Amino acid sequence: MTAQATDAPQQALASYNFAYLDEQTKRMIRRAILKGIAIPGYQVPFASREMPMPYGWGTGGVQVTAAIIGPDDVLKVIDQGADDTTNAVSIRAFFAKTAGVATTTATPDATIIQTRHRIPETPLKAGQVLVYQVPIPEPLRFLEPRETETRKMHALEEYGLMHVKLYEDIARNGRIATTYAYPVKVEGRYVMDPSPTPKFDNPKMHQSEALQLFGAGREKRIYAIPPHTDVVSLDFEDHPFEIQHFEEPCALCGAEQVYLDEVVLDDKGGRMFVCSDTHHCESRRAEGHRGALLGDEPVFGTTPVGDKEPAI
Amino acid sequence: MAHTPASTTIYEGGFVDPVGASQTGFRALMDAMARPGSIHVLPDVTAPPAPLTASAAALIATLADADTPVWLDPALTKTVAVRDWIVFHTGAPITAHQSEAAFAVVAAPEKLSALNGFALGTQEFPDRSTSVILQVATLTEGVALMLEGPGINGRASLAPDPLPQHFAAQWMANRQAFPRGIDLILAAPGAVAALPRSTRLTRSEA
Ligand SMILES: [Zn+2]
Repeated sequence: MTAQATDAPQQALASYNFAYLDEQTKRMIRRAILKGIAIPGYQVPFASREMPMPYGWGTGGVQVTAAIIGPDDVLKVIDQGADDTTNAVSIRAFFAKTAGVATTTATPDATIIQTRHRIPETPLKAGQVLVYQVPIPEPLRFLEPRETETRKMHALEEYGLMHVKLYEDIARNGRIATTYAYPVKVEGRYVMDPSPTPKFDNPKMHQSEALQLFGAGREKRIYAIPPHTDVVSLDFEDHPFEIQHFEEPCALCGAEQVYLDEVVLDDKGGRMFVCSDTHHCESRRAEGHRGALLGDEPVFGTTPVGDKEPAI
Repeated sequence: MAHTPASTTIYEGGFVDPVGASQTGFRALMDAMARPGSIHVLPDVTAPPAPLTASAAALIATLADADTPVWLDPALTKTVAVRDWIVFHTGAPITAHQSEAAFAVVAAPEKLSALNGFALGTQEFPDRSTSVILQVATLTEGVALMLEGPGINGRASLAPDPLPQHFAAQWMANRQAFPRGIDLILAAPGAVAALPRSTRLTRSEA
């Protein structure tokens, strides 16, 4: 199937393959995805292609999504938990245009969720695929810059350096200060970078119902966590892993036990904490939940939730 | 290697809709690999020369290309038609050496004596291994294999037939080589299942 952009002035320039990537590139990425699934947490090298967006815009995630997506998929894209940032909107538009797929902001309606820096608060379910955009896939990179050495360390399961780094944290701060990209061990074998998600999200990776795929475009790596796979955050007996805790609930929807972003309200130091997951917050408000800042007046509560965006 | 195809039939029977068919086939295989023991529908979209089956042909057409040497078992090399079909429809080179194969297609799994002759990858690059496509008659009527590991909620079962000789012992050895090892793709009529190297066989009723 070849998608044709009928609104472009130059037909010849506007012709591209389904989901943009050529079939040979898709095959190469698909093969890497299969190896990644078979070896959970291992970084599979792949020949990353130039994409019509700059690195840092999720070219690795975009290539993974392009290799798996089909016309019946429903795509959700989030950036820091939000569906409406420039990055998320452009990636959604890219696939609506090149693959003709339906898009959504509703987590339960999506078959593929591409994400930068968050895992949705709504628990994922079987059949869903979470695609992470990864800037630096190598968890040992800051300890050992040489690829040949980090590869050896993974091969020999030599992860002592990583523990030393975390322990230095404790010596310096009295606790493990790493709050995002917090390293995990997958199925008792590979130490893996969960991408720059807050460590709050690490427990969601463990025994997830969904398939998790990771794409690093600039660094040319793909890795995966199958559903129902053990994902354990590294820690020490006397300093067990802990997620972030927030003092107050979301100011808009009153949600507790979710990840909150700090929002500055004015230049007098006024601030509030609100859900980073915008769909979760909107759903709760649509159900009638009210945070301290909203009282009984639904301020943002009129946003329709879960409406499918038409394919462009 | 100059060679004239035995008949024009090798030019037939490829994907009518290559983009759509390979996406559908890949997604079925990805789900099968992500959930070992689960069985996924594989639409009949190829008409390859016998004894290559439509399922195995769809998978190899989805996965293989000039970058991936393919090894064929003796049952598939009896005639040149299968080799020619694969070369024509995928561009993949055919290799006589198991250890050089990115993919292997096996029409007679019961005659496959050893799994460890294939590429198992290295400790540093365990992905440089052979994915072995076994043509099986069934995924549900054979001897039940009990499976555990990543992708499986507790325990799963699968009953493919035929399987290579001494399969339980061979698979245990493959699992012990982890992260090195082969991944098995089971191509049944109209369906696909998979046993990635991470899957442990807990009990076989054999
Ligand atoms: Zn909220």
